[in-house]
Amino acid sequence: MHKRVTFRERWLAYVLLAPQLAITLVFFIWPASQALWQSVLQQDPFGLSTRFVGLENFARLFADPLYLNAVRVTLVFSVSVAASGIALALLLAVMADHVLKGAAVYKTLLIWPYAVAPAIAGLLWFFMFHPTIGILAWLLRRGGIVWNHELDGGQAMLLVIIAATWKQISYNFLFFLAGLQAIPRSLIEAAAIDGASPAQRFWKIVFPLLSPTTFFLVVVNVVYVFFDTFGIVHAVTEGGPGQDTTILVYKVFKDGFIALDLGGSAAQSVILLAIVILLTVVQFRFIERRVQYA
Amino acid sequence: MVERRPLFDAIAHLTLVLGVVIVALPIWIVLVTSTQRMEDVLSAPIPMWFGDRAIENYTAVLGVGVQGSRTGPVAQMMLNSLIMALAIAIGKIVISLLSAFAIVYFRFPGRMLAFWTIFLTLMLPVEVRILPTFEVVANLGLLNSYLGLTVPLIASATATFLFRQFFLTVPEEFTEAARVDGAGPLRFFWWILLPLSKTNIAALFVILFIYGWNQYLWPLLITTEERYQTIVMTMQRLVEATDAAPEFHLVAAVAMLAMLPPVLVVVLMQRWFVKGLTETEK
Repeated sequence: MHKRVTFRERWLAYVLLAPQLAITLVFFIWPASQALWQSVLQQDPFGLSTRFVGLENFARLFADPLYLNAVRVTLVFSVSVAASGIALALLLAVMADHVLKGAAVYKTLLIWPYAVAPAIAGLLWFFMFHPTIGILAWLLRRGGIVWNHELDGGQAMLLVIIAATWKQISYNFLFFLAGLQAIPRSLIEAAAIDGASPAQRFWKIVFPLLSPTTFFLVVVNVVYVFFDTFGIVHAVTEGGPGQDTTILVYKVFKDGFIALDLGGSAAQSVILLAIVILLTVVQFRFIERRVQYA
Repeated sequence: MVERRPLFDAIAHLTLVLGVVIVALPIWIVLVTSTQRMEDVLSAPIPMWFGDRAIENYTAVLGVGVQGSRTGPVAQMMLNSLIMALAIAIGKIVISLLSAFAIVYFRFPGRMLAFWTIFLTLMLPVEVRILPTFEVVANLGLLNSYLGLTVPLIASATATFLFRQFFLTVPEEFTEAARVDGAGPLRFFWWILLPLSKTNIAALFVILFIYGWNQYLWPLLITTEERYQTIVMTMQRLVEATDAAPEFHLVAAVAMLAMLPPVLVVVLMQRWFVKGLTETEK
């Protein structure tokens, strides 16, 4: 993990590490430990006194129907976005890998939504579905469906799912395309000579060989939906109507900054922290396995 | 090569064209809307081709902004976003290069501890420590400042890992030769390691520039003054403003300007972008 030949100036190593470590301690480790500490405290409504309450904040959360609702919303949201984003990207990547002419052009045309911020992606689809000016809302209306995501919770959810998926497809696409291009042609050709149909070749050979990529993308997509989609929800629906699009991250923000419930918000942060740690560990276990297989 | 099936080729092209259209459609609509006058946008269905108000609309948002959105002129916001994106990208690259160099090329007590402390940051996105981080920044007096916008986001586990992985592949002979020639660590870093890292730096820069430009929650928390607002953080206010006055043509123009720099970076630096993306995430 380090070089055989190293330099002797120890003091220099500390100087080089100092900026990174200072920022990490001040803006990461310290606030995270504060969140841990605050999650076991409770403030009175006037902020005059604080007392130690143990795990009461957590117990309160899990008895709170609003919190449980946020958990449910987050699950629906992340499963929908991860599943549709991965399926669509895989379809496009398989097609792009198949065509001989124009693959590079398609790639360029498909990857740039990666550069669009989630909040802007939300705004774009807000334009598409706006009850007054939205082209899709207009088409739906002509088809007899009234679209108003400000009133209909299901439609609001669909809107944020579409925006979040739209943004993530390019990312998934790039990884699937790289995965597909790494599969040796000889394997596919051998299967073709043995008489396997294109569908059989895909499901029996290509798809299993892509499973490491797929698994990696599932984890990355879930992390993306849990944390990065804050911008979409905040910009377009503000968690509403009612609580129908209030995901966990949005609730931490709202309870902490708007409702000023410090203990409750900190307890929610700690739960999110546990989720990130779990996902990171899963991801790293997977990378280790991959290295062994390679 | 496996057998060619003309029908399947056609289906493949069709699917891809459809995919490209779906990806591009919302951008097309917003681009076209940004060139219309208000009345034309409001008469359904929305125009699908350019209007003649592009110059007027873009000059209006750049110089004045969108009324009722509690945001300033877009030119100022874009400048702030640019400062933030550049400071974060360059800052992350510099401090990650330095720490990776220290971890790989030196042996010292606490090396593993430093490594794991940096690694931990991977698990602590802003979103999970919102309030306490805000308090730290407030106590340091960094609210409404460029320092507050950038410095807390500059630590980077992924960039440090990337450079560490890369440094480990640099042949030992380079270090030995440098030492034989009497070059100290800093000289070695500057004249040998840095030039070797050029492509990695370019790849990482693309990813980090987009990361910095697209920050949303952080600037939202720590800026209350107009002069420090970034363009991406105003999306929610723009959505809200359309309730009061339906200036969709102006909102569309702001959205286009907010997307332009990062999209340009991806398209123009596509090679480095793909390299950066696939390497930082693995």
